[in-house]
Amino acid sequence: MQHVSPIREPLVTGGKTYHDITEDVCRQVEARPNIRWATALAVALVGLAIFIYSCYRTLWYGIGEWGLNKTVGWAWDITNFVWWVGIGHAGTLISAILLLFRQKWRTSINRAAEAMTIFAVICAAMFPVLHMGRPWLAYWVLPLPNTFGSLWVNFNSPLLWDVFAISTYFSVSLVFWYIGLIPDFATIRDRATGPIARRAYALLSFNWTGSAKAWSRYETVSLILAGLATPLVLSVHTIVSFDFATSVIPGWHTTIFPPYFVAGAIFSGFAMVLTLMIITRKLFKLEDYITLEHVESMNKVIILTGSIVGVAYITEFFIAWYSQVEYEQYAFINRATGPYWWAYWSMMTCNVITPQLFWFRGIRRSLTATFIISIFVNIGMWFERFVIIVTSLHRDYLPSSWVMFSPTWIDIGVYVGTMGLFSTLFLLFCKFFPVVNMAEVKSILKSSSAVKPNTHAHMHGTAKDSNKH
Amino acid sequence: MTKKFVLGIYDDEDVLLHAIENIRAAGTKIYDVFSPYPVHGIDDVLGIKRSRLPIVAFFCGLFGTSFALWMQIWMLGFDWPMIIGGKPHIALPSFIPVTFELTVLCAAFGMVITFFIVTSLRPSFKVPVFDKRSTDDKFVMAIEINEGVTDMAALNDLLRSNGAIEVNQKEVIK
Repeated sequence: MQHVSPIREPLVTGGKTYHDITEDVCRQVEARPNIRWATALAVALVGLAIFIYSCYRTLWYGIGEWGLNKTVGWAWDITNFVWWVGIGHAGTLISAILLLFRQKWRTSINRAAEAMTIFAVICAAMFPVLHMGRPWLAYWVLPLPNTFGSLWVNFNSPLLWDVFAISTYFSVSLVFWYIGLIPDFATIRDRATGPIARRAYALLSFNWTGSAKAWSRYETVSLILAGLATPLVLSVHTIVSFDFATSVIPGWHTTIFPPYFVAGAIFSGFAMVLTLMIITRKLFKLEDYITLEHVESMNKVIILTGSIVGVAYITEFFIAWYSQVEYEQYAFINRATGPYWWAYWSMMTCNVITPQLFWFRGIRRSLTATFIISIFVNIGMWFERFVIIVTSLHRDYLPSSWVMFSPTWIDIGVYVGTMGLFSTLFLLFCKFFPVVNMAEVKSILKSSSAVKPNTHAHMHGTAKDSNKH
Repeated sequence: MTKKFVLGIYDDEDVLLHAIENIRAAGTKIYDVFSPYPVHGIDDVLGIKRSRLPIVAFFCGLFGTSFALWMQIWMLGFDWPMIIGGKPHIALPSFIPVTFELTVLCAAFGMVITFFIVTSLRPSFKVPVFDKRSTDDKFVMAIEINEGVTDMAALNDLLRSNGAIEVNQKEVIK
């Protein structure tokens, strides 16, 4: 009945049974918070405090607290926005596209990756909202009936498309994530000993019983949501790239932007999933669920998307030269050799050269190397956005307005602060929610684990199934 | 009203699937089956019809598309026409992104809300499970006992001979 493939490595090691999965995943939810988690939370809260202080300064004194000037009207805020949104993409990619492709290795990492998506989008949303200067008027971006005359929002503006794209993306991802959590909340509810935990998880689990009919509908809903989320993932970063691509600024007005932004988003997202997963598996002892096979699979995605991004950089450069438009040519020469050469070459080194190391199997399967490279990719992708935004803006058509941009402490504070916000949310998630999707891992246990889940075999009536594998 | 159930506990999905087939073939009606994860192939043996939720999603999506197009055409084309960037008032290509997003949003939310309603998923303090192990590692088959059924031993044998590791009785106040 149990078939161990000679080619495919097991996705769950350590000879786990269904009950072991429940135990291993529920452990950190049920146990008292350990010292490592508490320390990490304390550090994250410091970051959150920096965020709150920087937001206070930005809102109280205005956007002048940031280093923006007349020429570079968008700098770190939009860089950070695009960077965070990009990071979010891996979560939906893992849960939606890999579900449609029937990739079983997604099951152990999809929960945490989706949580990462939600929190990354929250961080991303902070930047445009803060950049408004008056966030209490943020509802002006919605097409609401109002008393300013019949004045409506401008549906021709890519920034408004962003509003719809990001809010749809956030709400659909949230729903997708929550639906996945319901059966696992039911598991924790049924194991809970204290009355508070039992009631809290009973509420969260929405009366879930795991009846066959409910599971059947649940699977339909997951599949359709995956089908809806897949074009959504591609559309969101496409629309984010329209913020630039529909303008007339040299270096922005390029048709390659949509696919190149999507590839970059998946690239940075997977890097962040790896960074987080390598820490999480260690902290919560999930080595049997998030195996080297998982890390290697993600690294393969990194090689693919990293190479796409690399090809896109070269294509952009080539097309700028080939177009014979001098402004376009200057923009790209200026990126590589102008005053921001260091940003451009950091981007090239981190995004094009380092991920190519993953062609070596040893590096692909080394946790230390993967961790370091994943950080490099995150830095490189931040520089990519910085290069696109700041180098294109700081020198455009009018040489008399050429300036340099330098961030203020508040700029840095908001950015570092969002990392604090992200870490706080992620750590709270790790403590109160199951980090690994128990139900899904159980469903692949028979086909993809190292040994058969239930050791006492009922051999009758199973001949049909052994042919199936 | 109190309802009585006999619960057959299984610990293997393949055994469970064959048990369902055999028990239904023996003419016993299965009330429901509870499992910790979706067992593939259980829909066929239990006779669960294909969910119509995709149809719900389709029509909700269609509503989203029409609503978004109507909203944008009416707002920018009729209620407050403005020329922006030299584009016509009803600039359909500009309206595509918002239309797409609202299509996805309505399809997803419409389907999910319907799913919660038809599956009666709602927050509640009451724990309705028959056997708590069914959310951990066991598969629970529930058979409702009607008034006047006396041959419990035969039912017990039927479940056991089809691989149940335990047979329990449970009364539920409905």
